[in-house]
Parts: sequence; C-alpha cells; structure tokens
Amino acid sequence: MDAGLADAALMKLTLRVWRQKNANIRGRFVTYAAKNISPDMSFLEMLDVVNEELIGRTEEPIAFEHDCREGICGSCGFMIDGVAHGLKRATTVCQLHMRSFRDGDSLTIEPWRAKAFPVIKDLIVDRSAFDRIIQAGGFISAPTGSAPDANAILVPKENADLAFDAAACIGCGACVAACPNASATLFTAAKVSHLDLLPQGQPERYHRVRNMVATMDKEMFGSCTNIGECEAACPKVISLYFIARMNRGLIRASFRGWKRGDGPLEFERGSS
Amino acid sequence: MDTETTVRHTAAHLVDGGLDAKVPPGPIDEKWERHRFDMKLVSPANRRGYTILIVGSGLAGSAAAASLGELGYNVKCFSYHDSPRRAHSISAQGGINAAKNYRNDGDSIFRLFYDTVKGGDFRAREANVYRLAELSVNIIDQCVAQGVPFAREYGGLLDNRSFGGAQVSRTFYARGQTGQQLLLGAYQAVERQVGLGTVAMHTRAEMLDLVVVDGCARGIVTRDLVTGAIESHPGDAVVLATGGYANVFYLSTNAKASNATAIWRAHKRGAFFGNPCFTQIHPTCIPVSGDHQSKLTLMSESLRNDGRVWVPKKSGDTRPPDQIPPNERDYYLERKYPSYGNLAPRDISSRAAKEVCDEGRGVGPGGRGVYLDFTDAIARLGERAIRERYDNLFDMYERITGENGYQVPMRIYPAAHYVMGGLWVDYNLMSTIPGLFVAGEANFSDHGANRLGASALMQGLADGYFILPYTIADYIARVRPDKVDTSHPAFRAVEEEVLGSITRLLDVKGKRTVDSFHRELGRIMWDDCGMARNDAGLRRALEKIPELRAEFWKNVRVLEGNEEVNQSLEMAGRVADFLELGELICIDALHRRESCGGHFREESQTQDGEALRDDEQFAYVAAWEYTGTLARPNLHKEPLHFEYLQLTQRSYK
Repeated sequence: MDAGLADAALMKLTLRVWRQKNANIRGRFVTYAAKNISPDMSFLEMLDVVNEELIGRTEEPIAFEHDCREGICGSCGFMIDGVAHGLKRATTVCQLHMRSFRDGDSLTIEPWRAKAFPVIKDLIVDRSAFDRIIQAGGFISAPTGSAPDANAILVPKENADLAFDAAACIGCGACVAACPNASATLFTAAKVSHLDLLPQGQPERYHRVRNMVATMDKEMFGSCTNIGECEAACPKVISLYFIARMNRGLIRASFRGWKRGDGPLEFERGSS
Repeated sequence: MDTETTVRHTAAHLVDGGLDAKVPPGPIDEKWERHRFDMKLVSPANRRGYTILIVGSGLAGSAAAASLGELGYNVKCFSYHDSPRRAHSISAQGGINAAKNYRNDGDSIFRLFYDTVKGGDFRAREANVYRLAELSVNIIDQCVAQGVPFAREYGGLLDNRSFGGAQVSRTFYARGQTGQQLLLGAYQAVERQVGLGTVAMHTRAEMLDLVVVDGCARGIVTRDLVTGAIESHPGDAVVLATGGYANVFYLSTNAKASNATAIWRAHKRGAFFGNPCFTQIHPTCIPVSGDHQSKLTLMSESLRNDGRVWVPKKSGDTRPPDQIPPNERDYYLERKYPSYGNLAPRDISSRAAKEVCDEGRGVGPGGRGVYLDFTDAIARLGERAIRERYDNLFDMYERITGENGYQVPMRIYPAAHYVMGGLWVDYNLMSTIPGLFVAGEANFSDHGANRLGASALMQGLADGYFILPYTIADYIARVRPDKVDTSHPAFRAVEEEVLGSITRLLDVKGKRTVDSFHRELGRIMWDDCGMARNDAGLRRALEKIPELRAEFWKNVRVLEGNEEVNQSLEMAGRVADFLELGELICIDALHRRESCGGHFREESQTQDGEALRDDEQFAYVAAWEYTGTLARPNLHKEPLHFEYLQLTQRSYK
C-alpha cells in the first residue's frame, strides 16, 4: 500500500460545489480546497479526501451517488465545469482520474440539471423517471419457465453485436444532463433498439416504442432536436444512430401497430 | 433477543447428527424433479393474498421478484439504490456457466456438478450443486428469451469460452459485461411486473432488521434513505438476496455500498451463519496504487484465456518487462500446474501470486504485482481478435493505471472479491428461521470453500428464477401463515430497537470518521485472515477486533441528521455490523484447522505448499448460532456426505 509518491507530485485544486440540503431548500455554490491529491486518485476518491476533511471539521460532507466505481453501475455522475462526467470521453466520474487535471485547477461541480431529475441533495438527483420509461415497455415479455432452447432461434452476429452496443447503456442520465432540451431520447432509443434488433423482441416492437416514447414525454423530458450532446457525453458512447432507428420504428409503429381503441396517434410529441 | 424463540425454530433443523439440510431422498439426478412434485402448491386464486418481501434487487432478488410476481403473489422488493438496475451483480464481467455442451467437448450436467464440487474443495452439499448444474441449462434459455445479447458466432449460434477450473468451454458471455446484461434482463422483467402491479419496488430503502413473530419471519423494518423514516413491512415470507460481505476487508472488488447488514441482523435474530471464513481472493485485480485507494477493480478471469501470467526469475529484477528475455521469466502457473496452466482455479492462482511476491519477485511499485501478458496472444491472433474479446477491460485498465495493456503487460494482484460463506440454508434455501429464505451470494451457497469463475451469476439466477418460486409456495401452502399487520407488538419493538441504534450512533459524537474505522478493520482482516491464515495471526485479530469495535462506539463521528440523506450514518451502521461479523469470520477460521479452497491455514499444507484438507475432522458445514455474546457463538455442524463423488485431494497439475 505504499505509493511512494513524492510530495511534489501531489496536487491542489479549488472546487466550487453545489450544496443543497434537500429538494425544498434552495441550493448554492460553496468553495472548498482539495489538498494532497494524488494523480492516481479517481475523481470520487478526491471527493472522499475532501469529505473526510469536512467531517473532521464537523461540516456536512458532500453527498454524491456512487457504488461500483468501475463505470458500470451508472450510480455516479455530475457536471464538471458544465460537462457531464467531465471532459474525458467515454468515462464516468468514478473512472475519471486526477491525472487528467492539473495542479491548481479550479473546478465547478454541480448535479444533473433537468426538470425530470429533481435534486434530492447536493449532487444526488432522482432518476426514477428512467425506471418508469422501462416499465412502459422496455422489456420482452418472457415469463420464467416459458423459454425455448437458447439456440433454437438464430441471431445474426451483426444484430447481436449492434443490440449489445445499444444495451450497454448504464442509465446514468448523462445524456439528459448534457442535452440543452433535457431530452431522454438517447436513453429510450438505446433500449428500444436493443430489443427491436433481436428476434425475441419482434412481437412487442410497435407497442414498445409507442408506449416508451409516450411515457418519456409524460415524464417532462424535452424533445430531441438532433444536437448530439448526448452521444458526446455518454460514457458508453451510444450512437445517435439508435435515435434515428427509433424514430423510424416510431413512424412505422404509428401506421402498423395502431388499431382501433389504441388511442390517438402521437405525432405531436413534446408540444406540451 | 428472545432465546425461547431461537430454541423453538431451530428445532426444525437440529437433529441428533447435527443440522438437517432436508435433502430429499432418491438418486441425485431425480431429487429435484421428485421434490418439485412433492412440494405443495398455492392455487392461482389464492396467491394474491400472500405478501412476499424480497430484500435486494440483484440477480437473485430481481429474478425472484419477477418470477413470484408473474405467478401472482403480492411482491414487495427493497433496494437501497435509486433503481434496481444498480445492484452489484452488474459488475460481473466474464460470464455465466451452463452445461449446454453446445461445444461438443464433453460437457454434461454431471461434469459441471463435478467441477463445482471439486473446485469448491469438497465443502459443498452434493444435492444442491447437482440441482444448480441441472438448472444452469434453463437459465441460458430464460435469459436469451428476455433479450440478453450474449456473444454469438457468425452462424447465429451462441458463443462460449473457458474459465478457471474447467477443461470445457461452457461459459456464455456478453463481452466483458455479462453481469450487467443479465441484471438488465432481470431488472426489465421486474419493471414489467411493477407496471402490471404485482411487484411494488421500494427504492432507497435499507433493511435494518428482521421481525420474527412466533418463531417465523414475518416482516422487516427499513429506513427511508431520503426522509429517514423508519417503516415496518409485514409479509408471509421474507427473502434476503442482499449479496456478500467481502467489504469486511475494506479494499475489495465489491461495490462501495455492498454490506452485510441485512444478513447480520437476521443472524442476530436466529439465522445460523454458514462457513463465514470461506472468502475468495480473486487473482486478477488491478494492484493498489496508494493510501487513498477506495476500492479495487477486478480484471475478468476470462483474460487468463489469452493472457500469460509471469514474474522475473530473479528477485529484485527491476528491468522493464520487454527487456527481460523469455528464459529469465517464470511463467509460474504454467510451470506448477501444466494441465490447467493460466486457468488454474482462483484460490490456487491467488496464493501462487502471493508466494512469488513474498519471494521478492513481484513487479510494479511496492512489488505487489505480477504480469498478465498478452504479447503471445496478440502475435498469434492479432490485436483485433483480442480487442474484440476484451476491449472494455483493456480500456478500463488504461483509465485506472494510465497504461496500455496491448503494449505493456498488465500488472495484476489478488484482491478480496466474493464470499462463499453466508446464512446457512437448507435444500429449500430456507434459513433456520422458518419463512426466511436466503438467495444468491447472501446464502452460504453451493460453492463450498472456493467458487469457480462464472458460477456466481449461475447461482443467483438459479435461486431466483427456478428454486424460490417453488420452495416459497411449498412453505406458504404448508404453514398457511395467518395475517399479521404492523400493529403487532413485535413490529413496534423492532422499530424501537432500530431507532435506538441510530440514536446511539449519532450520540457518540467522537473524533474518528466511519471510514477510518472501516479501513483499520480491513487491514486487520487482510493481514491476519486474508490469503493465508495461522493460529497466532487469527488470535491476534480476535484481540484487535473487539478493541476496535469498543473504540468505534466511543469515538466514531457521525454527523447529525436522521431526517434526510445522511451517507455517513448509512455507512456507520454497516461498519458497525462488519466490526461484529469480522470477529465471527476469525472465530470460524481459527476453528477450521485445515486448509480448503480459499481458506488456507499455513499449518495445514502439503510438502509443495498446496492446501491440505482434513476430511476426517472437517467434512462439515460450520453453522454458527448467535448466543448474545459475540465472542462465544454456538457451533452446529451439517455433516457433508459424498455419495456420488469421491473425496480426493484436488490436483490441477
């Protein structure tokens, strides 16, 4: 456990951090000094150091979500200088290391900003709207026990690979935070595409896309205007291609999936 | 603790010869089939009337919640995360085993059973492992039907790879993110049930205690992590699927929030704890880089399919790896275990790495590391093929270390990763408290003293999808629990205890942070109860842990505020429980004076330093009963009988 780092290698940074006690109290920025920061620390380990010091001074530590610290659980995420998960591409904040910053840097840290993601405390936001989008159709109905042999249905490798690319979404919310419209279209499109690309997902494809998109709108996410910030911020680099794919599916669903009694066709998305 | 209750309920499992696992009679390959018929059913019309509480939403919890919801039970599922999709199962990288024999390479249910029992060093229950191997086949079918994007070949069929401890290719995988994809499959199945109204998902809710009424598990008490509200939830059966406790080591590959609180509190209410000292140290993790380290990152074992592990032959050789000629390298796994080579099981590979580093031949800063070298595989298959197999792992390695694994060999070192120990359960996955079921890593499990790679996902899903839906129905149909609601005095009493312990933590107002206690506990556990253990070290740990615990309760600093998000309060409760569990782990390790699997007692080894079992004295599951005094738990034994496999000394040479 001996890093053997010379003091000279340690960094000092200034952090402006959004502090907000709970959903009902207005927040504000507070400035903290982060001292003795090793370049080998992750960004969250740097915040751990700051928090240990805050607790030492009987001040409330900065609340942030995190769990696996391997970039896969999707718990962590906040804005660093206005960029979701910070500047390093394809990286969550837990995998962002301090060697990406310079001694003396001054950083502004704030939570995801979106109407659909209300702040719970400091850097923690409520992302349960994502779960409700999944509830609306982000699944294949395959009750336990009913499955045929796994190799009974062939899936072309290209489709399986593409489905995987879409399925890699970790549900962190960076796409929403990065979008000037706070749209959840990349998140929704990724799940729609993952399931639509597989033969098992075909029977429900029209209902799925209609219901998920309708729920996304209901949850107060904004509309997609093809800006592309979402793809740039996505730690799994999920492609805008899936948005185009979903939109194609949505148009097709509007004609082919609709039957009497389904309710109105939802062409005027987002026009609240 | 109500000791009378304890006596009453354990009577069901305690028999003359020790603990009775209630394994059904008959030949091993017919046990589960016959048992499924013998078990009672609950008619579809009556299921809605029964409430099942599921704590944890990882693979085992989500699979159980979805399956029981589909059957029509009234299911409530609890998670301390903001969404069930976050559970630590998501971090599993390499794959999931199944005895499909799609490769035509000699695999079978019996072989998977054999490999698992042998890999676990003959400390697992035969009947459970056989059932696991049988169900492995259904799991893959189920997951594919849900849309899990497993790797495929150009013909459209599923692809496989090999894993440690096996000579067949039976591991199904989704790049390096198999756990994530399997969890998302189960998560989507749960969310579908939430939409249909059969499952109520309680997120940001942490279980802090179990409510036992008339000797049966009848509910849980939770804390709302946003408002601090203490809430009681009554139910007819309780499932704990809350994962493992490797974070007792502080530095582990587990997610930061993973903890033992749910199972530990259930243990203190009467559930026996099985084989707590069986912990797994994973051989391929990224080495520690400094004192700030908050967790360790695993590099999937699947990398050992193509990576070769080596260190310099000379100790103190500080030349860069590419300047060390082949004849001055020691590919020690290939040398010592020629038939399995770099795919030797985890416990053996970990100890071998420790050994070469202890000899001063370790590499990297601090000398606690060995090389995992892909040069040969890249020369043979091309970088593109390697990239296709492991790209995200190489990326992750580079993000953490700043080094490119395609160009310089990776450096790896063992780290605490998984626990085979957990709450003791019978064949029906029921603990010694009737109505309390335990699934996934939280139970003492089917892995004996060492788990093989790609078997954790298999076990979690087998428990959740295919075992609990049957055994819980059988329990409900037999017991027909009468209605209990939160007005029952037992709920009031437990709520008060929970509030009392929160107040106690907030009132210490000491000087040391929760994290500093956790780190210190982790250091004690790693040094004296880690990869190698001995009598003196364990006795030393057993002195230090109670001292540290006493200091914790005198000097911990938890900042005010139970009525809002208070992450240091959350951690304080979990660390308080680790400080108790750590002692039980050491007591168990001290009592088991043999080496087996991940439990290596230095006093018990063969001449060439391999683990030496003592089947005469220790062929049993150690199930510990809480007595009210942490230092003096009661030991109960479940004797292990091997009817189908012969007890042999493991050899991977």
